[in-house]
Amino acid sequence: MPLLLPEALADHAPMLAVLVPLLAAPLAMLFGNRAFAYGISFAASVASFIFSMFLLARVMDGSVLSYHLGGWAPPLGIEYRVDAANALVLLIVSAISAVVLPFARTSIETEIAERHHTLFYACYMLCFTGLMGVAITGDAFNVFVFLEVSSLSTYVLVALGAEKDRRALSAAYDYLILGTIGATFFVIGLGLIYMTTGTLNMADLAQRLTGLESNRTLRSGFAFIVVGMGLKMAIYPLHRWLPSAYTYAPSAVSAFLAATATKVAIYVVLRFMFSVYSAKFGFERDTLQLIIFPFAIIAMFAASIVACYQINLKRMLAYSSIAQIGYMLLGVSMLNVTGLSATLVHLFNHAVTKGALFLAVGAIVYRTGSALLPHMAGLGRKMPWTSAAIVIGGLSLIGIPSTAGFVSKWVLIAGAFERDAWPVAVLIVASSLIAVVYVWRVLEVLYLQPAPANSTATEAPLGLLIPTWILALASIWFGLDADLTVSVSRTAAEALLNGGFGGDAAIIMGVEGRK
Amino acid sequence: MSAHALLLASLAIPLAACLACVIFKHAENLRDGLTFLASLALLAVVVAILNTFNTGATLAVDLITFQPGLSLALNVEPLGMVFALVASSLWIVTHIYGIGYMRGNNEKNHGRFFACFAFAIFATMGIAFSANLLTLFLFYELLTISTYPLVAHKETEEAKTGARTYLGILMSTSIMFLLTAVIWTFVLTGTLDFEKGGILAGKADGIFLAILLALFAFGIGKAALMPFHRWLPAAMVAPTPVSALLHAVAVVKAGVFSILKVGVYVFGIENLSVSGASQWLMWLAAFSILSASIIAMAQDNLKRRLAYSTVSQLSYITLGVALATNMGVLGGGLHIVTHAFGKVTLFMCAGAIYVATHKTEISQMRGLGRAMPFTFAAFGIGALSIIGLPPLAGSWSKWALMVGAADAGQTIMIGVLMLSSVLNVAYLLPIFARGFFSPATGTGSRALNAPGPWRQKLAEAPLFCVLPPCITALGCLVLFFYSGEIQAFLSPLVEAVPAATSAEQ
Repeated sequence: MPLLLPEALADHAPMLAVLVPLLAAPLAMLFGNRAFAYGISFAASVASFIFSMFLLARVMDGSVLSYHLGGWAPPLGIEYRVDAANALVLLIVSAISAVVLPFARTSIETEIAERHHTLFYACYMLCFTGLMGVAITGDAFNVFVFLEVSSLSTYVLVALGAEKDRRALSAAYDYLILGTIGATFFVIGLGLIYMTTGTLNMADLAQRLTGLESNRTLRSGFAFIVVGMGLKMAIYPLHRWLPSAYTYAPSAVSAFLAATATKVAIYVVLRFMFSVYSAKFGFERDTLQLIIFPFAIIAMFAASIVACYQINLKRMLAYSSIAQIGYMLLGVSMLNVTGLSATLVHLFNHAVTKGALFLAVGAIVYRTGSALLPHMAGLGRKMPWTSAAIVIGGLSLIGIPSTAGFVSKWVLIAGAFERDAWPVAVLIVASSLIAVVYVWRVLEVLYLQPAPANSTATEAPLGLLIPTWILALASIWFGLDADLTVSVSRTAAEALLNGGFGGDAAIIMGVEGRK
Repeated sequence: MSAHALLLASLAIPLAACLACVIFKHAENLRDGLTFLASLALLAVVVAILNTFNTGATLAVDLITFQPGLSLALNVEPLGMVFALVASSLWIVTHIYGIGYMRGNNEKNHGRFFACFAFAIFATMGIAFSANLLTLFLFYELLTISTYPLVAHKETEEAKTGARTYLGILMSTSIMFLLTAVIWTFVLTGTLDFEKGGILAGKADGIFLAILLALFAFGIGKAALMPFHRWLPAAMVAPTPVSALLHAVAVVKAGVFSILKVGVYVFGIENLSVSGASQWLMWLAAFSILSASIIAMAQDNLKRRLAYSTVSQLSYITLGVALATNMGVLGGGLHIVTHAFGKVTLFMCAGAIYVATHKTEISQMRGLGRAMPFTFAAFGIGALSIIGLPPLAGSWSKWALMVGAADAGQTIMIGVLMLSSVLNVAYLLPIFARGFFSPATGTGSRALNAPGPWRQKLAEAPLFCVLPPCITALGCLVLFFYSGEIQAFLSPLVEAVPAATSAEQ
């Protein structure tokens, strides 16, 4: 994928991918003009997306880029470090942001008071900046900083749903408390690591941690980081904040968060597990196999079963997300290249699929004002395009061939077979059968129930349909032609497992001769 | 057209018909006319593919790279060719019938019905021409999904329950067993391409081979092997054209076709027969054949009786593979064709009776033959073909299967096939006989029983509903004389097997 950028931009692409949205945030608010705020936010998202594509194209072959902020060489200065794993995450976040923003422009009209619109865009941009920053940085403390940037703005974004439903406030409050606990745990973990090694640069940490497997401080640090990030990514028993937050947030926010926020948290855990700590550490293997693995399996089943009983479609999708996070963690716990690449490919595929579903539900909410299943009877005929998008997204959740979800499932099961863990393969397919149940419940309501006589719902406006369908078509496209996603994920997984992140990097903006 | 374009056209035409049905969903005549043209065009394309294939050319297309080392690809081989011919030629007949049935019966949502129907044909073509297990699995699942709305078509509670059973069983078997089997095969062999002699030959042995075979045999739920057959009777809530083409031809034949393909190209007949991994399958198939026939005798609902008869007949084909002899496979392949023509006739007759009289139970159909002589005559021919009476097509496939059983030294299986024929006679012929020879009962019976010229008593369904079963009944007769050619056409399937094994040695 040769992507050409002017040299000055190319050199600074890692920085610009984060800086552009960061600058867009205050601008969006300062001028107080809705159209301008939208315009600049959208432009910033698209710019970030282009930079991410450029970065991915450069690291697809397995190489690593290192960008030294302000010319200060790491480990003293802050370093942005890009390899296939985080380039993929950057691409997911920026692509989803660029698709969701046009949707948000229309959807917030009915969900958020007009005077808050510019604030919405500002928060959205900050959240976006934070997520991009978390993914791109090669500095452990910098991860925390960006994490807080994104988290704080996320709390506001969720709370903005209060205009429509006051329960958004308590959802945001729950999220605030649990998210803060998570961030605190994370920073405690960082503190413990820093105490032992005296450095915060990830590549540097990786070197200094070698041979310190039995150091108890480092082990505690690991525990704090995994639990802290576990809260952020809603790993099974730590998921309590997620369903309400996704249910009551404005539609566009639900879509954006569901497709990106948890994915970035998973990426951070992967980074710390494999690039900072190492899969060679006995305690890490134990953590994965004795703690993460069973919880992943429980999540796959428990959350899916709970999803079958939800009458709020957004809440159902939220529980389904928790189950899908289970799949991703299961891939990690396999500790082989195929399993790990299943995690990464599912990060991408699930973002596309869940994004499409949340957007489609958002379109229904826009027209009917309700996300409750009983209110959706017969919408298959009233809103054919929106409903068709739900069908595609639903099939992808199940993992029907020719959808993105199938690719993830394929790689995940192949990973299980490579480890000769066929019972795990059986569990994977069994849990995806539960997805059939909760998806089909929705489809039956949409298509096989007569619409109430007084229903006035009409097809959603194009401003909502186009973003929804971009993601719906993407989830078909990446189900048929998975060459790109699977090979990028493989490259990334190999780099993660073999510690490729800490190896030689091509410095693209550093002071000459000071590598 | 080049070979490439022909193969793509065989997929594109039904897909275009599907789109046309969606776009012109309210313009009845235009929509049905376009679909009819599409069905003719599809047959023409499939015949053109046949001609190209007969010249010895290889027809293969790589559609899209799914993953590094795996692609969605099409390829023509004899078995798929035969399946595609059957499905595409019967689509024309069933489409005509469908128009008559849907209009004569005042069903709703014609647009959705014909769109899903065309999409199901698209998936069937994909299955027929798939070059590897991945492609087969893809189209297999698409077929399940596209037929779900057809089963639930009436949108009543009964239809919804039936459709749930249908989807539940087909989807859970395919996800639980088939997908697992496909991925396992891929991990074992590193390829999913269909190759003569079987890709698993020498790659898996003993118990694993038997487990894999079980995963495939039960995973392909469309083959309705007991105990995963319940979806087929449940699917009978669908409008009859669906039961006729899809649940007697496309869907179930896709199932047994997949079993044949897996047996020949994934396991390899030689491999199966040497390892004996298919022994248990043979017994299970025999059990399916007999017990489904016995259940069929107890059904009073005509479509349910036919459904159980289908369950039984499908297991003939599974039995052919499980015998692991050349004649068994050939007989199985031939049975796909002959049973398709026989069963589609029976279903269309059942639908015609329903359209004309709204009768669904066999006990209500006494004496009806005098009002609907053409329908009942066609029914009789179809029934005799299923039973396997010369000069009708069904006799040859049953013959070949018996020879196959004899080759394998399984005399008990010959007995099973003979017993099954007797059971067929017991549950099919009374319908036909009572239609003509019993006095009518129930509403309108007095007019039927009264003496007088038969022409005055005629109360046939609309022409569009009566003509198609007559055509397919004629087909049963014609196929009797051409079944030798079909066998000869299929013979490369089994001829290459010894060559492939000797090459390995």
